[in-house]
Amino acid sequence: MASKEVPEINAGSMADIAFLLLIFFLVTTTMDVDTGITRKLPPPVEDDTKFDIKDRNIFKVLVSSSDRLMVEGERSDISTLRDDVKAFMTNPTNREDLPEKELKFIENLGDIEVSKGVVSLKNDRGTSYEMYIKIQNELTAAFAELRDEVSLQFYGVKFKNLINEDYRKAVQKAVPMAISEAEPENIGGN
Amino acid sequence: MARFKKKQSSGMQKINTSALPDIIFMLLFFFMVTTTMREITLIVQVKSPEATEVQKLEKKSLVSYIYVGVPLKAQFGTESRIQLNDAFASTTEIPEFIASERESRDEADRKFLTTSIKADKATRMGVITDIKQELRKVGAFKINYSSRKVAKLSY
Repeated sequence: MASKEVPEINAGSMADIAFLLLIFFLVTTTMDVDTGITRKLPPPVEDDTKFDIKDRNIFKVLVSSSDRLMVEGERSDISTLRDDVKAFMTNPTNREDLPEKELKFIENLGDIEVSKGVVSLKNDRGTSYEMYIKIQNELTAAFAELRDEVSLQFYGVKFKNLINEDYRKAVQKAVPMAISEAEPENIGGN
Repeated sequence: MARFKKKQSSGMQKINTSALPDIIFMLLFFFMVTTTMREITLIVQVKSPEATEVQKLEKKSLVSYIYVGVPLKAQFGTESRIQLNDAFASTTEIPEFIASERESRDEADRKFLTTSIKADKATRMGVITDIKQELRKVGAFKINYSSRKVAKLSY
């Protein structure tokens, strides 16, 4: 007759096995979340397409091969770029040489003035990637701040805290991310 | 007083370790869930640039990566090169790469495919521009310049 008692399994080495697995996953794990600046590339253009944008509506940013900045034809510095872009896009005093505004009806916001300004970014083939990202970062920050302003004015919260998808779309329409990158060309050599 | 003395003299008390495996298992499950195995080995050096206005890349399965940087082994030169999958590549191979990336995804997901450019910060923009031109040609318009999030940038 078989013994009634079920033999107990020795669970003493359970911890060891778990430790082994734990160490394996500890070593193989990579916790980095991928972050980055998202952009949408424009579709390729045909050679003879010309865009008619008035000169006053374009904010020209040029980066040389030695990472120096030229903004609107003058030497500039990256520390002032963000405020320059904001001042250009908002055109608070309706100056003649700053971009036009268009009264548009946007759902949920009503009639609102939308700037026709476009930031045109042109870089050299020799520009460093770090500088390029810095500039893209400043431009993104400028537009993000403009969106925050509109969002605060209408909904009382910053754009990133705005949850309602329709409201977000409305703010995005009111402040479009108007960054245009020039077709590449070799300005300053390599 | 005598009682106190007696307790001290009873020697080292055994700590109950029966809950230890449970604790270890908890840790184990945590790491098992958070782990993502690195699919490819880097053969170029990539030090991401820093930025403040970064967005998280949602849905990692819908991202294809292009690495750009100086080869880790000096025998492959000191110029920035492109790495696709596990090998060096030239810009002309990008359309093929994007096509195969699309092929491996569900048909419904293909239009959400993002291309993440992971480039070293010392890279010259010439290479990046070439990549962007190739991506435009094949219609991979959604791109992401991989960069680390920092609270503040120094100029």
